[in-house]
Amino acid sequence: MPDFLLEIGCEEIPARMLMDAEQDLVWRITRLLGNERLKYGSVNPFSTPRRLAVMISGIPASQPDATEEITGPSVTVAYKNGEPTPAAHAFGRKAGVDVSRLETITTAKGEYLAAKVVKKGRSAAEILTENLPKEISSIYWPKNMYWRKASERFVRPVRWLVAMLDGETIPLEFDGIRAGNVSRGHRILAGRDVSIPRAGSAYVDALRTAKVLGRGEREQQIRKALDTATRTIPGARWREDKSLLDSVVNLTEFPSVILGGFDPQFLELPEEVLVTVMRDHQKYFAVEESDGKLLPHFLAVLNTDGDPQGLIRHGNERVLRARFNDARFFWETDQKRSLLERLESLRHVTFQKDLGSYYEKTLRVQRLCSWLSEIIKQAGVVVRPGVIHKAACLSKTDLTTELVKEFTELQGIVGGLYARAQQLDSTLPEATRFAIADAMYDHYKPGSTEDDVPRSIEGAVLSIGDKADTIAGMFSLGLVPSGSKDPFALRRQANGIVKVIAEKKLPLRLSDLMRDARAGYKGSEAEKKFVDDAKFLEAVRTFLHERLEFYLKDVRGYAYDVVKAVLAADSDDVVDAVARAEAVRQVMHMPEFQAIGAACKRMRNILRQGAEKNIGPAAKFEYLPESADEEKSLMVYMEKTASKVQEHRSKKEYLDALLLLSTAREPVDKFFDKVMVMVEDERVRANRLALLRTLLKEFSTIGDFSEIVAEEKN
Amino acid sequence: MNPSSYNSLTFQELILRLQAFWAERGCVLQQPYDVEVGAGTMAPETFLRVLGPKPYKVAYVQPSRRPADGRYGENPNRLFKHMQLQVILKPPPENVQELYLESLGAIGIDLRQHDIKFEEDNWEAPTLSAWGVGWQVMLDGLEITQFTYFQQCGGVDLFPISVELTYGLERISAFLQDVDSIYDIVWARDPETGHEVKYGDVRLADELQFSVYNFEAADVENAWKHFELCEAECKALLDRYAALSKDKTKRDHIVSEKARFPLLGAYDLCLKCSHLFNILDARGAISVTERVGVIARVRALAVGIARAWVDRQKSEAAAPEKSDEPEPARERKAQKEKLLPVAL
Repeated sequence: MPDFLLEIGCEEIPARMLMDAEQDLVWRITRLLGNERLKYGSVNPFSTPRRLAVMISGIPASQPDATEEITGPSVTVAYKNGEPTPAAHAFGRKAGVDVSRLETITTAKGEYLAAKVVKKGRSAAEILTENLPKEISSIYWPKNMYWRKASERFVRPVRWLVAMLDGETIPLEFDGIRAGNVSRGHRILAGRDVSIPRAGSAYVDALRTAKVLGRGEREQQIRKALDTATRTIPGARWREDKSLLDSVVNLTEFPSVILGGFDPQFLELPEEVLVTVMRDHQKYFAVEESDGKLLPHFLAVLNTDGDPQGLIRHGNERVLRARFNDARFFWETDQKRSLLERLESLRHVTFQKDLGSYYEKTLRVQRLCSWLSEIIKQAGVVVRPGVIHKAACLSKTDLTTELVKEFTELQGIVGGLYARAQQLDSTLPEATRFAIADAMYDHYKPGSTEDDVPRSIEGAVLSIGDKADTIAGMFSLGLVPSGSKDPFALRRQANGIVKVIAEKKLPLRLSDLMRDARAGYKGSEAEKKFVDDAKFLEAVRTFLHERLEFYLKDVRGYAYDVVKAVLAADSDDVVDAVARAEAVRQVMHMPEFQAIGAACKRMRNILRQGAEKNIGPAAKFEYLPESADEEKSLMVYMEKTASKVQEHRSKKEYLDALLLLSTAREPVDKFFDKVMVMVEDERVRANRLALLRTLLKEFSTIGDFSEIVAEEKN
Repeated sequence: MNPSSYNSLTFQELILRLQAFWAERGCVLQQPYDVEVGAGTMAPETFLRVLGPKPYKVAYVQPSRRPADGRYGENPNRLFKHMQLQVILKPPPENVQELYLESLGAIGIDLRQHDIKFEEDNWEAPTLSAWGVGWQVMLDGLEITQFTYFQQCGGVDLFPISVELTYGLERISAFLQDVDSIYDIVWARDPETGHEVKYGDVRLADELQFSVYNFEAADVENAWKHFELCEAECKALLDRYAALSKDKTKRDHIVSEKARFPLLGAYDLCLKCSHLFNILDARGAISVTERVGVIARVRALAVGIARAWVDRQKSEAAAPEKSDEPEPARERKAQKEKLLPVAL
């Protein structure tokens, strides 16, 4: 069976988009093949900055034939006096079947003529030619463009197409380009055109000859070259950096590496600055000693096969020198005004057009953080409110520095570095000064779900206060993230809040936090544009619930139903939710809880059905003369167990509480086996409903077990 | 020093080579625009020419003023005014990337000896309501060119699109000559005596004095007044243009009225506003709350002009073919027809 190849030749595709696009293309083509009943073997994507390709083995030359039954006229119309009418003949002709071989089928509307028709499978080439252009133009790009017709969009102009089944070209067309069997090689290292003899490994071989390698090979080649180049410096190693590696892999078709150097004097600058310049601005790998100390070298990944004359190294060294000189110039200029002196300048830096300046934000964050440190202090957390207060005051002043204007990704970090260097308040002991600097340094953390949280409690509180102020302001203005639209990165900031609270185990409730944060805007100009309290709280509650759900599921790895069960009980106390999720995870596989889950669903249904019919439970359950034995024993069980469960719960010993509750299975099962809840007798019925309600409440405070998905019985 | 730098191009030779290269490929060689602009894109040869259906190819050097970027001539890498070589190809030829790489060959860069990458960089100019997608072209780790496929300009979707190549001339020259400071670039070399004139000789005073002017001396109050005068005049012109279409008495005349309407004058006023905004910004005279608003005011002018420009092109396209009669005769006829109802 033939092998298939599609290559979309394109002007340089942005490195950050390449992997997702490759996956999307694979998904689209395999879906198309599936829908068209075309089987296929292995699927191998192949992408470089200038091409997006998919190789698929073993596609049949055509679809299998399909037998279809088509329905014709009704029997009463088709036959007159036992003879076929013109209608019957017409249907026979249409179906390509002799009238004598037509069948009769019975439908809801009566008897009808029918014919079995064999539909010849279409050829794979035909199907692909027809459908691939649509799939190509539907590939998802975060940002795309048009160049010929406004209707045909792609990430950058498509310049050639290769589409083949074995050695045969498939003549599909996209935006005026007809697919053929001619690809293109490396821009500089090979001639322009590369003819592809056939789909399959011959494609990869032809490209290799033209100095174009697949992703895996490029990554290997880069790693090897980085190792080789670093080995020339005794005791050195290159600093591993996955996202940088991905980026250079996706920027090259035939990579090599050069080792360059810079003046050791630049090592006086903070490592953070040097590494940011190298990594973010120049895409260089840093070189370090085994203890992690930076060395005056860098590694640049080239998209060519080498640098025999050293011109490329020379050029890169020149650029880096200019960049480092700039950084040093900025560092020195910035020292002329201390951070404290810069506070006033924040009045001229916009935070958000309706929410005012960073000066105003600073005041709000300072107040909010004081309040937060009071709360956690009362709950027994050791915290230094003075450190937080001073750190909050200076936290945004680095936005006015030249260094942050140039390297925005260093906001916070630069503030922390300057605070250390400037010895802001000489009356304070050094440890306190450093604690302030570190809290400032860390306060944008975590930048992503993988990033670390701030090191100290003070940094954590500042991080939370800063983010909560932003979220409260934006939500109050109705600027709520939706779908892919989240221009202020509020989701990331909320993820940060959840992660910091969870990992620092802070006794802060999300709704209180947001209410307090919003209170910071009281009396401001912005308040006039705010949505009302209720709307704000509702929107922010849903939003943070989702973030907590994301954290538990995607960061902590709890199963979907565990997370749902836990958050159904409460989604406000992050630390508590994590503890309950852990307890539920441990017990959910026990047969007792599978049974209790089913029982909870039943209780919930009964109570709901009752409520729909206006049949409510009694205020509390009691022993009635009519109570059944199983009912009584469940009551006894409840009275005996409830207080112990309560005690565990109040000590947050959720696992113990749940293990105790697991003993409920027997009395509950017996109750449901023998006792009918919805009986005629109103008093008995209300009493039983009250019992169920109490039980359900008891079970649901740790997690709503009716959310637990039953495990398949083997 | 790098051995290849001997005999490398002077600054003016670099410009001459690039201009010759693009002239040979059919570009009109324009001269720098004579109103202050922040980028080559703002010159009418780009901003207005990319609008509408007419194909066009042009190349020109554009000195670009960015008052806030001035460093009193003290920073070796930063300038208040830098030179861009701007190339507009409308529509973009299919081999535009290859053409661009050839142009590097024309200035003595042997790509076989260097590392070239096209890295994603999407361009956006909020004051012009313009954007495009493209790359920064990196040569041995140095950004030498912005390569942009325009998609929208003055808020108008472009058809056909244009490609814009913006060469950073100082950077390229410093690279070719292997000097660490822009001011050390050899601008001209006397072929007879070998006497060299450096970039610093030509431009250092410019950098210093304009840094002083932009950061210290520019009269804020006057700059605001100039801004408001230019804005008001530009707006008034746009209003008059809009009124043309509504004026029923001028219906027969409308095409010629539109054709002679000074939209180019209006655009100069818009450019002046943009430059005055930059000066005020450098002077720190624009407050947080004002800033967004002032940008929006400039954008409103740019968008208004772009719309009017497109409207005029449409009205010209819709006008009947030119008759064989000489121009004055046609005008007389048009006038007569217009006068006719009155005579009755």
